Amino acid sequence: MIRWLLWLLAGALLGGTVHLVAVLILPRTATQDAYTRLTPVAPANMVVAVPQPSPQNEIMPFMDPAFATAVCRYDISERPIKLTAPVVAAYTSVSFYTRRGVAYYAINDRSAGRKVIELDLMTSEQRSQLPEDEDITAADRLIVESPTTTGLILLRTLAPEPGLMQIAHSALEQSSCRPLETQQPAPER
Amino acid sequence: MRLLLGSLFALAVAAVVGLGTTWLALSRGTAFGAVPIGAWTAWPKTGTRDIDPYARATIARSGELPLGSGDGIAFFAHADDAGRPLDGRCDVLVSGTTPQARFWTLTLYDPQGRLVGNSVDRQGFTSQEIVRHADGSFDIVIAPRARAGNWLPTNAVDSYVLVLRLYDSPVGVATRAAREVPMPALQVQSCP
Repeated sequence: MIRWLLWLLAGALLGGTVHLVAVLILPRTATQDAYTRLTPVAPANMVVAVPQPSPQNEIMPFMDPAFATAVCRYDISERPIKLTAPVVAAYTSVSFYTRRGVAYYAINDRSAGRKVIELDLMTSEQRSQLPEDEDITAADRLIVESPTTTGLILLRTLAPEPGLMQIAHSALEQSSCRPLETQQPAPER
Repeated sequence: MRLLLGSLFALAVAAVVGLGTTWLALSRGTAFGAVPIGAWTAWPKTGTRDIDPYARATIARSGELPLGSGDGIAFFAHADDAGRPLDGRCDVLVSGTTPQARFWTLTLYDPQGRLVGNSVDRQGFTSQEIVRHADGSFDIVIAPRARAGNWLPTNAVDSYVLVLRLYDSPVGVATRAAREVPMPALQVQSCP
C-alpha cells in the first residue's frame, strides 16, 4: 500500500514538471497564434489592412470593433525597417509584438507628439552597428529594438462614431513600413 | 514486475496531472498580476515584456494580441458586482463613470472573444457616442430587447463578456486599488 502511495507521489511530482514544461513549450507549438493567422493576408514588410471584425468573420479574437486596424508583418533579419504612420483621426496607436504575440512596445499619437509617427525598427545587433554619425543619432529619430527578427506591428485608428470609420481606414492607408535603404559603410582609412 | 507496474502507474499519473492542470490553467485564463476592481479585472502586465508564462501560453492558444501598455488597458467582466454571471436574456445595467482616459470603448463578446451579431449591428459604444447625464455619468442597458437611451443588444446569447478598454490612460501596471480608479457599476436587474 505504502509502495503505491509513493508511486502516486512520484507521479504527481513528475506531473508538476510536465505542467511547467507544457506551459513553457506551448507558445512555440501553437498553430493558431496571431502571427500564423495574419500570415496569409499580410505579406512581409508591408502595411496591410486587417478586415474589420464582425460576428461572421474575425481574424483574431477580442479585436476592438471601434478601431480600423492595419498590420505590418515584419522580417528584419536582413535589414531594419522604417515605419511611418500619419496621425489624422481621433486616436492613433502603433503596437509592436514579437513573433509569439508579446507586446514589447506601444506608442500613441500623443506620446509621439507630432503629426506623423516615424520609427525605425531594428535588432539590438543592427543598432550597435549603426555608424555614430551626428545626423543619424539626432534626437528626433526614434529607434525601437525588436527582441525577435520577425513579428507584428499593429497600427490602429479609432473611429469615435461608426460614421468616421471610413476616415480612420483612409488614414491607415497612408502609412507604410519598408526596409531601410542600405547604409553606406564608413570609408576605411 | 512490481517495479514496472509501479513506474507505469507513476507515468500515467504524471501525464494526467501535468496535462490536466495545463489545460485547466489555460482554459480558465490563469495569469498573474490581476487587478480586480468591482466586477472588472485587468491584467496590466499582459501588455508588457513582463508577461507571465501562463498569459503567453493563453494568447498563443487563443490567437489574440493583448493591448500594449503604451496604448491602453482592457478590463474584462464575466459577472456583475454581486457575482451573478452575465446572461444575454437578462437586463444588465452598466452605470457610473470610468477612470481617466482620452477615449474608452465598451464591447460585448461571446466567451471565445467573437462579436455577437444582432439586428442593429451594434457591438459596443465609444466614449463619444454615449448619452450622458448632466454630471457626466452614464447608464448603458445591455438587454435582448430594444431600450431607449444607450442600449447594447445581446441577441439573447447564453453568456457573454464585457470588455472596457481605456485608451491613453494613467491606469496601468502601477494601479492597485479601486480607490484610484472609479469603474462603472454592473448590475443584473431582471431575468425572464
